[in-house]
Amino acid sequence: MRAFAELLDRLVYTPQRNAKLRLLTDYFRATADPDRGYALAALTDGLSLRLPVRRTILELMERRFDAELFRMSRDYVGDTAETVALVWPAPPVAEPRSPLPLGEVAEQIRLMDRKQLPEQLENWLDRLDTTERWALLKLLTGALRVGISARLAKTAVAEIGGHSVAEIEEVWHGLDVPYTTLFAWLEGKASQPDAAGAPVFRPPMLAQPIEEADWAALDLADFALEWKWDGIRVQLAAARGEARLYSRTGDDIGMAFPDILVHARFDAVLDGELLVMRDGEVAPFNDLQQRLNRRQVTKRVMADYPAHVRFYDALLIDGEDLRALPFSERRRRLEAWHATIRPALTDLSEQLRVATKTDLDALWSGARAAEIEGLMLKKLTSPYLAGRPKGHWFKWKRAPLTVDCVLMYAQRGSGRRSSYYPDYTFGLWTEAGGRDELVPVGKAYSGYSDAELVELDRWIRGHTTERYGPVRAVEPGLVLEVLFDDVQRSRRHKSGVAMRFPRIARIRWDKPAREADRLEQLTALIKPLA
Amino acid sequence: MTHGHSDHARPGHDAVLATPETIEIMQSRLGNGAGRTRQALGYGDALKIGDVTVTLRPAGHILGSAQVVIDYRGQRAVVTGDYKRRTDPTCTPFELVPCDLLVTEATFGLPVFRHEPDTREIARLLASVTAFPERTHQIGVYGLGKCQRLIALLRKAGYDRAIWLHGSMIQLCALYERLGVPLGDIRAVADATSSLAGEIVLSPPSALGDRWSRRLADPVTALASGWMRVRGRARQRGVELPLIISDHVDWPEIIQTIDETGAGEIWVTHGREEAVVYQARKMGRRARALALVGREDEVE
Repeated sequence: MRAFAELLDRLVYTPQRNAKLRLLTDYFRATADPDRGYALAALTDGLSLRLPVRRTILELMERRFDAELFRMSRDYVGDTAETVALVWPAPPVAEPRSPLPLGEVAEQIRLMDRKQLPEQLENWLDRLDTTERWALLKLLTGALRVGISARLAKTAVAEIGGHSVAEIEEVWHGLDVPYTTLFAWLEGKASQPDAAGAPVFRPPMLAQPIEEADWAALDLADFALEWKWDGIRVQLAAARGEARLYSRTGDDIGMAFPDILVHARFDAVLDGELLVMRDGEVAPFNDLQQRLNRRQVTKRVMADYPAHVRFYDALLIDGEDLRALPFSERRRRLEAWHATIRPALTDLSEQLRVATKTDLDALWSGARAAEIEGLMLKKLTSPYLAGRPKGHWFKWKRAPLTVDCVLMYAQRGSGRRSSYYPDYTFGLWTEAGGRDELVPVGKAYSGYSDAELVELDRWIRGHTTERYGPVRAVEPGLVLEVLFDDVQRSRRHKSGVAMRFPRIARIRWDKPAREADRLEQLTALIKPLA
Repeated sequence: MTHGHSDHARPGHDAVLATPETIEIMQSRLGNGAGRTRQALGYGDALKIGDVTVTLRPAGHILGSAQVVIDYRGQRAVVTGDYKRRTDPTCTPFELVPCDLLVTEATFGLPVFRHEPDTREIARLLASVTAFPERTHQIGVYGLGKCQRLIALLRKAGYDRAIWLHGSMIQLCALYERLGVPLGDIRAVADATSSLAGEIVLSPPSALGDRWSRRLADPVTALASGWMRVRGRARQRGVELPLIISDHVDWPEIIQTIDETGAGEIWVTHGREEAVVYQARKMGRRARALALVGREDEVE
């Protein structure tokens, strides 16, 4: 527990991704099996357990500690598990303590039934120090919440053997806790684990944003053209009577989409877009959000937000790996397969045809009017490559919208940016009670250069009117030209609007705040509800 | 004056009675504001004031810190001032004085406060320096006491590289050295010719994550304080490496002191009095909170 507790303790306080990665990699290198495997499980899919831990902790505390002192301590700390870790009256033990390996704890947790829990938990708490107790209680109460995504943990593991995270993802869903075969492979002691025909996740191929130079070099005859759909990228994998739906990062999101899985009675791994569809029309992204991030889904929600998968590529069909084939061939196989199987709630992403670049330009320019996110250009000869390879797939998002806003609040950054104010809340003018006032419409923390960040920092410090902890309110004196992809109605915001992907295009040092845009100009851009 | 911290040793006092070290510290920090008359009293020297005898005994808090022992007609009161019971290479260790009335501080007077051994915290710091050699480790410390103790602890752990200091700490470190506390190779950050990657820098907590630290190499921000025991406090300060190093007694040590002095009457002040009073009464002592003109020791 010692090393694992130290790791969690560092991760909790570390804001920077690279620093987290370093801590994780160091841990996985220095720790033996099976401890590191259980740590990896805890950091990714969690050690699932159904034990009444919280209640047991409180019952133990009642027996072992003064209730009044516990109340005072709990009030001060604000978190029950942390308070227990801090005040637990462990009997004095000889230094050095006999270690309690994470592997031993994790294995016990899997075998234990609820009757054994109180005694086992008490025994552990007595044997551990403060930080270890805190880590144990985090482990037992489910979510670690140390600011680590499953993908970051996998990336760290991959670095042990100098592999890419894609190679880990490729085998991940065929592995078992505590991942000894995975570590053996990464350390060069065994061959790559084999998923053996299970419906596992394969790392997806991603597109790059198209740049001026790409556009100039582009020969239309070499590319397939599709709409860019406004859903989420998914992989539907089915084999041997099992089906899984994965997100782009390899999270299994199938439990929220039984309606899709029930029809996946085939042997294939397919790439596509998850959408909500009504009467053949793609519903706004907001509707899809009602289905995401759920552990379960009701019939009612499934009926109100009908899910649909629109395929655009095939990685495997009937056990045959198609990824080395050119896109044109994979597409042909996908069409033939779909025409035969015809799984319900799916279709194929249409292939668009244009004769000239001028036509392509026109198609792109019409994307917003057609309520489409943009275009995808896929090289006909490209194999299916994991990651974001250069020069194969391009995404060409519709032109963003812009609005001139007034800076209202700035918030302190963290980590590398902790001495700056890199997070901006901006507003637009609107009339209230007979005079104009600013109402906040959004927040942005990107789109400026390092030099601009320094200039903004100076301006903010010089024009602060009030401070609330890490936030400064500033005089209405600086105009920001804000880019955004879309705007929707929102009941959660005072302004009644929510912008999608807002970022700063330019700082308008020249423009008087009075001449910034009005809220009405922004609300006019909201599409009427279908 | 029990010790030289600025929440006690404020400028503009009329008559000051303190240990010679505390008087030196006050003069260094306050100059002419260090009291109109200054009377030095060494540890263990008795001073008669009418029927009362006053003696100063080491409190182990910082250099020169003292408990005040007041004897009157066979009765003894001890005012601890700020104190700790762990070994500190920069000051004389706490001396237990049996008494009838104990006036104890309670900065960390809650069972949640149990300080880690300082060797362990220093080991964590040095492990982090090894793990992030391209970054500066910037440690927020109180300039008097904590600063010099941290340097001394690093030296004890075998760290003999230069330790870099914020300008405000130079003068007090020089004073410590003059009073016989060696600190090794210490230098001013202002004299550095690089961004101090891989080095340890000590600064006041207020300089953490502020403009002053922009000169440092992507600093790992650390803070050495007993408050770091509680995660919410550490997160509030945006600290990346909280070091639980305190110059005050923790909860078990407060209880231990109440017990060992044998005092029948306990007055509790400076901090979380409620829990200590509750605990002392459970131990069969008369106890009450002593409401002094308040202060909350923010960075200790």
